[in-house]
Amino acid sequence: MAKSKKKSQQSEVIETPQRVILWMSWRKIALGMSLLLIVVSLASLFARGLNLGLDFTGGTVLELKVPSDITPQKIRAHLDESGVKNAVVQNFGSSEDVIVRIPGKAEEVAQVSEDVADKKSPAEILLGQLQNKWSSIEMEGSSFIGPAVGDELRDKSGTAMIFAILLMMAYIWFRFSIKFGLGAIAALVHDVIITLGVFSITGLTVDLTVLAAVLAVVGYSLNDTVVVADRIRENFIEMREGSPEHIVNASITQTIDRTLMTSITTLLVLLALFFLGGESLLSFSAALIVGVIVGTYSSVYIAGSVILAMKTTKEDFMEKPKQELLDDAP
Amino acid sequence: MLKQFPLWKSLLVLAVVAICALYAFPNIYPEQPTVQIGANSAGQSVSEEVADTIDELLASNGIEPLKKMRRDGSLIVFLEDDDAQKKAQDVLKDGLGEEYSVALNLVSDSPSWLRAIGGEPMKLGLDLRGGVHFLLEVDVDKKLKAYEESVFTGLKKTFRKVLPKGTKYESAERVEPHGFKFSFTNSDARTKARQEILSGGLGNEYVLTNTTINGNPGLLVKMSETALSKRFASTVNQNRIALANRINELGVAEPLVQQQGYNRIVVELPGVQDTAIAKRVLGRTADLEYRAVSDKRLSPSGRAPAGTELFYEKDTNRPILLKKQVIARGECVIDASAGFDQQGGSAQVSVSLDSKCGNKMLSFTSQNVGKPMAVLFKETKATSKTVVKDGVEKEIFETSEEKYVISVANIRGVFGSQFQTTGLDSIHEANELSLLLRSGALAAPMYIVEESTIGPSLGKKNIERGFMSLLVGFLVVLLFMILKYRVFGVIANLALAANVVIILAILSLLGATLTLPGIAGIVLTVGMAVDANVLIFSRIKEEWKRGIKPADAIDLGYQKAFSAIIDANITTLIIAIILLFMGAGSVKGFAITLAIGILTSMFTAITGTRVLVHLLYGNKKLNKLSIG
Repeated sequence: MAKSKKKSQQSEVIETPQRVILWMSWRKIALGMSLLLIVVSLASLFARGLNLGLDFTGGTVLELKVPSDITPQKIRAHLDESGVKNAVVQNFGSSEDVIVRIPGKAEEVAQVSEDVADKKSPAEILLGQLQNKWSSIEMEGSSFIGPAVGDELRDKSGTAMIFAILLMMAYIWFRFSIKFGLGAIAALVHDVIITLGVFSITGLTVDLTVLAAVLAVVGYSLNDTVVVADRIRENFIEMREGSPEHIVNASITQTIDRTLMTSITTLLVLLALFFLGGESLLSFSAALIVGVIVGTYSSVYIAGSVILAMKTTKEDFMEKPKQELLDDAP
Repeated sequence: MLKQFPLWKSLLVLAVVAICALYAFPNIYPEQPTVQIGANSAGQSVSEEVADTIDELLASNGIEPLKKMRRDGSLIVFLEDDDAQKKAQDVLKDGLGEEYSVALNLVSDSPSWLRAIGGEPMKLGLDLRGGVHFLLEVDVDKKLKAYEESVFTGLKKTFRKVLPKGTKYESAERVEPHGFKFSFTNSDARTKARQEILSGGLGNEYVLTNTTINGNPGLLVKMSETALSKRFASTVNQNRIALANRINELGVAEPLVQQQGYNRIVVELPGVQDTAIAKRVLGRTADLEYRAVSDKRLSPSGRAPAGTELFYEKDTNRPILLKKQVIARGECVIDASAGFDQQGGSAQVSVSLDSKCGNKMLSFTSQNVGKPMAVLFKETKATSKTVVKDGVEKEIFETSEEKYVISVANIRGVFGSQFQTTGLDSIHEANELSLLLRSGALAAPMYIVEESTIGPSLGKKNIERGFMSLLVGFLVVLLFMILKYRVFGVIANLALAANVVIILAILSLLGATLTLPGIAGIVLTVGMAVDANVLIFSRIKEEWKRGIKPADAIDLGYQKAFSAIIDANITTLIIAIILLFMGAGSVKGFAITLAIGILTSMFTAITGTRVLVHLLYGNKKLNKLSIG
C-alpha cells in the first residue's frame, strides 16, 4: 500500500509502505494543550499545594469500624468539642469504615522508660475519646508518626526525585545524544508536573507510595520515549529521503501500536488495583494511572516536538552509523 | 524454517521454571498461628502422655486445635487465630509447668520433603498479618555528652597531678561538637599533657592537634570520626540487643528488631495487638546499684539488721548482706568493658562512671579502703496472661522484680569515676559482667517516633484485596493478549504465568517479606511484562507485513526488539533501585517486587517465549503467522 504524503517523494514508496499519520502537524495544538495543563497544574500547586499524607506531615491516623449511624460528621463534631480541631474524618469503602486523620506536629514523642506503657500514644488517646462517647466503635488500625520522621521523609523524597531525573538524563545522553536527552527530560518533567497537578486539584492524599508511583512513572514514561527515540534514530539513519518531520511522523506511526498496547495493558492492571486494592493503594494507583496516560502522550508529542525543534538532522547520528542495509521487499 | 535454537537453552529455561514452581509451591501452605511445645531438658521429646495431657487441657478450655504435628521432638498445635493461640499458650503454660516450654510460632504445614530443600512460604508483612510496629530513635548524643564530661573532668585532674612543677593548664574548655581545648603555661607542659593523653588509652579515640590559645601553647582534643561512628554504632547496637532480649521474653513469633538508618531501631511484633504490653516490655528496665557490704550478721531469727538488706549472689546463691545506702546507680555507668589487667594478666572489667557519681564513689572509697563493695542487679520482668474475670476474658500484666548480687570485690584503693573490678575467673565471666553493667540501663535514651497497630481483620482484608487485584489484573491482561495477538498471545500469556511463578519463588527463597505495596509491585510487573512481548510481536508483525518470510520475521523480530527491550527495562530498573535505597517499609516492598519482576520478565518474555515459539513452530514450514 503505497500511500504517501504529498510532501514526500516518490522513492519513499519502498521505505514507508504504511500510511504515515501526520502526528507532528498537530504538535502546535498538542503543545498548546500541554502548556495549558502545566500552567494549570503549577497554579494549583502554588495556590492549593498538595494534600500531604501523614508520611510527610507526621500525625495520627485511626481506621475504625463503626455502626453506620455514626457518621463522619458526628465524629468530627465530637472531636471538635473535645478540643481536637483539625481532624479529617472520612468514610472509605463502606459506611462502616471510617478514617480519622489528624495531621501535624501536635505531639511530643514519648521516651522509652519504665512508665512508657502508661503513657498513651496520641492514637490511643484519640481512640479513647471516641470510645468514651460511642462504645461500639472498634479500631481496625492506627498509626502515629512523629514530626521529625515526616520532615526527614520529605527531604529524602525530594532528593530521590531529583537524583532519579538526573540519572535518567545521564542515561539518555549516554545512549542517544544530548538533543534526545533534552527531549526526553522535557517529557519527564512535563509528566511529573501534570501528575502532581492532578493530585493538587483533586486533593487526593500524597503519601510515600505516591512518591514511589511518580518515580515509577518517570521510569515508565522514559520507556516509551526510548522506544520511540530508538525508532527515530534508526529511521534517521536508514531513510534516504524525507524531512525530519516526516521521519519523526513515520517513526511514531511505526511504534504507536506498541506504545498503545503497553499503555493499555498497564492501565488494565492499574484499574484492577484502583478498584480492588483498597484504601491504602488508592492514591498509588491513581498516580500511576494519570502518569501512564500523560506519559504515553508525552512520549509521542513532547519528545518528538523537541527533537524537531532542535533541528535534528541525520548528521547528529553520524557517530553511530548503523550500516544495516534495507531488505529487498518483494 | 526457523533458525536452530540451542537445545540446552530450552532445557535450561524449562529447568528454571520447574525449579521455581517448586519453590513457589509452599505458598499454598501459608504460615498459621501455632503453639510449639518442647521439652526443656535437652534431647528429650514430648511423650505421648504429655500429648494427651495437652489435648485434655485444650479441650477443657474450649480450644479446638485445627491440627497437630510432630517436628524434631516438639509438638506443634495449629490454632484457628491469634486469640486462640494466645489462650492456648496461657492454658498450656499453666498446665504443663516448668519442664516444658510453650512458645508462640508461625508455622507452615508444608510437607517435610519440601521443607528439607528449603521451600518455605513467604513471610507476610505487618499490613497483611496484623501486629504492632514501633520506630525508636536513640539519643546517642546524650550518652556521648555524659562520656565526654567524665573524660574532661578526668583530664583536668590528671593534668593537675602530672604536669611539671610550676606549670599548669591555663584554660580548659569544651569544644563543640565533640572535643576540648586546653592551653598550658609552656610547651613542655603541653608535651607532657600530650604524652599523658596518648598513654592513657584516650589516644585511640581522640585526635590531638597543637594550637595556640591566647598566646599560650594549646592542645585541641577532638574525637576522631572513626571513633565517633564506632560509638554511635555500638550505642545503637547495644540498645537494639537490649530490646531484642526483652522482646524475646514476650514469646512473639518472628519479631523484628532491626537498626534503621544511623540512629533508629524498628521493632515489629506480628500478631501482637496490645501496644501496652509491647511498650511495657520495651520500657522494662534493669537497674543496678553499687552498695557497701555490711559487716553485720543476720539475727538468729534470720532477719536483716537495721540499715541492711539480704540478697543472694547470682549463680552461687550465697547470701550477702548489703547496706541500704546506694553509692551509685546503673544510669551512672557510662561504659564497662572486659579485658586483662596489665600486671597479673587476669580478667578484669573497666568501669567508667559519670562525674557526679564519680565524686560520690570517690568520697566513699576514700573512707572504705579494704572493705568489700557489691553490685546489686535489679530486673523487672513483664508478662501478660489471659484470665477470665466476670465471664469476660481479659489480658493482665504482671511485673515481677528480681534482685541479685552480680559482683563482690574489695576496695583496693581510692577511685572515682574510673576503676577496675579484678579477680574474675575468666574472660567469659568478665564479658558477662560488663554486659550486665552496661545493660543496667539502656545505653542511651530512646524515643518512640512512630507507632502503628494493624488489626488482624484489616490484615485479612488487605490480603484479599491484594490477591483479588492480582488475579483480576492477570486475567484481564490474559484476555487482552489473546484477542490482540492470537496464538502468539497465548505464548505471551504462558510466559507471563511463568513470570509470576518465578517472582514468587525468588521472594520465597530470599525470605523477603510480602507487603501490600509488594503485591502492587507484582501486579504492575504483570502489566509491564507484556511490554517486551508486545515489542517483539509488533516487530515480527511489522517485518512480516513488509514482506519478509514468517520464519525470518520471527528471528528478525526478536533480534531487533532486543535493544529496545533492554533500554526500556533499564530505566524502570534504575528507578526501582533508587526506591530500594531511599524507601522505608512499604515502599521498599514495592521496589523489591518491581526490581525482581523486571528482571524475570525480561527472562520469560525473551528467552521463555522463544522456547515456546520453537516448540510450536520449530520444525514446521511457516506460511503465515497467527499473530493478529
